[in-house]
Amino acid sequence: MDYSFSPLGDQAIIIEIGNEINVQVQHNVRVISSLLETHAPEWMMEFIPAFTTVTVFYDPLLILYNEAETELTALLEKASEMKAPLPRTVEIPVCYGGEFGPDLEFVAQHNGLSAEEVIRIHIEGTYTVHMIGFAPGFPYLGGMSDKIAAPRRESPRVRIPERSVGIAGGQTGIYPISTPGGWQLIGRTPLRLFLPEEEVPSLLRAGDAIRFHQISEEEYQAMEGQKNAHNT
Amino acid sequence: MLTIRKGGMQTTVQDLGRFGFQKYGVVASGAMDPYALRLANLLVGNEDNAAALEITLMGPEIFFEEDAVISICGGDLRPELDGRAVGLWRPAAVTKGQTLTFGKLHIGSRCYLAVAGGIDVPKVMNSRSTYLRAALGGYQGRALEAGDQLTIGKAVVTQKLATQEESWFAPSPSYSSEPVIRVTPGRQYNLFSDDSRKRFFSEPFSLNSQSDRMGYRLNGPRLSLSEKQEMISEAVAFGSIQVPADGNPIILMADRQTVGGYPKIAEVITVDLPLISKLKPGDRLRFKEVSVDEAQRLLRLQEKKINCLKRAIQLKREVMT
Repeated sequence: MDYSFSPLGDQAIIIEIGNEINVQVQHNVRVISSLLETHAPEWMMEFIPAFTTVTVFYDPLLILYNEAETELTALLEKASEMKAPLPRTVEIPVCYGGEFGPDLEFVAQHNGLSAEEVIRIHIEGTYTVHMIGFAPGFPYLGGMSDKIAAPRRESPRVRIPERSVGIAGGQTGIYPISTPGGWQLIGRTPLRLFLPEEEVPSLLRAGDAIRFHQISEEEYQAMEGQKNAHNT
Repeated sequence: MLTIRKGGMQTTVQDLGRFGFQKYGVVASGAMDPYALRLANLLVGNEDNAAALEITLMGPEIFFEEDAVISICGGDLRPELDGRAVGLWRPAAVTKGQTLTFGKLHIGSRCYLAVAGGIDVPKVMNSRSTYLRAALGGYQGRALEAGDQLTIGKAVVTQKLATQEESWFAPSPSYSSEPVIRVTPGRQYNLFSDDSRKRFFSEPFSLNSQSDRMGYRLNGPRLSLSEKQEMISEAVAFGSIQVPADGNPIILMADRQTVGGYPKIAEVITVDLPLISKLKPGDRLRFKEVSVDEAQRLLRLQEKKINCLKRAIQLKREVMT
């Protein structure tokens, strides 16, 4: 496995695995992440996997930069024998259109499709979670069909409701918390992506495969109601 | 119990931050000036990481429903107990029924109020820090408002450390008005033009008013890459200096996102973060380059001093009992 190290300030080291996003690099990011989970060095505070890098935050009172390089080199030798954990597949139910997806018509018109065709194409795809970032539990997803790509809104919404499913350029995504944003909203999921009370506070993890399926508004309400009942 | 009479401009509960969850996109948060928070805690006999109040520009008004030992560290917002000035960087005793107020901002922009026992709010993901954007942690995930009541935790050290008038105090960092901030080169430092790299270190910058706990926006020479490049997002750190396409650098602070896609020209060294967090809009600053080795040597030296101080406080406490 090829990689290089560089410092990120005086408390972190970046392991760069490649300089473009591809399947092999993604695989190696996952191998290194799982190695850091299972063989967490005592001087490591935490790590952040991204598209082509894994950044290790360390305690500089316990280890200096050069020593961290040496120790990580030794640790990464194990990586060649390791396989990445099998990707999980997570099903995301989505209620498309209506008040949950006010921009579904725009995405359809923009691509010369009907709303039903946009939904069908969105559902057919299998998406990969490249990384979690931007907001708590927010997945950067790869794998959307160009046929339903759409530009961001000219003026961003002040508040996008949480669990909205949207499209921006060639990407699709789900908003775990309500934030301002310019994405075209096509639907909403009753599933919570950000779970602050859980040990793993994110429904999704880097490497997961995602599939969307369509639910009706009644099903949406039922699932949301059920979830609220659980919480009380 | 503390009763908040006025919330102040932005008073939040913070500890040293929420770590271990950044891989799930959870922002670290924590004190903007971790050094001042740690010292405030040590001075009242708390653990370094106990939760305290971060007070910004305009202080709150706080009514003490019980006796307490407090310490205020960081910028000077002219704190007073029942109209009598309270010294910074030292412990002070508060009696039940007293009111803590703050006056006009004098030095810096924020300070930390630690109470012996710590501010007792529920831990969320192992931290009591408030992250306002996601309404996470702290006191109901928000800044304090009039009428809020905060519980004080059980003090680690039960005996009193402070009388009302303490003459001794802990050394404070020199929060100068135009600080020279030491930085290590950023990951994309070499992608910047020769001119930009030169001007970054030779010219002053000033803090833009659009600065908050997430990032400090700077005005100064516009910085640019020698050739345009699309970056692939990667992790960022407290003190990363990103340069978006408009050429105005942003220093990422406590509430930074976990990853960023702008090129990083430099990284503020840990021991100089307090100097950054004390800046207020309009304040000027300059940058100076040091190596990572030097930054880590300085950090270890600072830690030695903090440990000496910890021991001194312990000895003082033994003498007083």
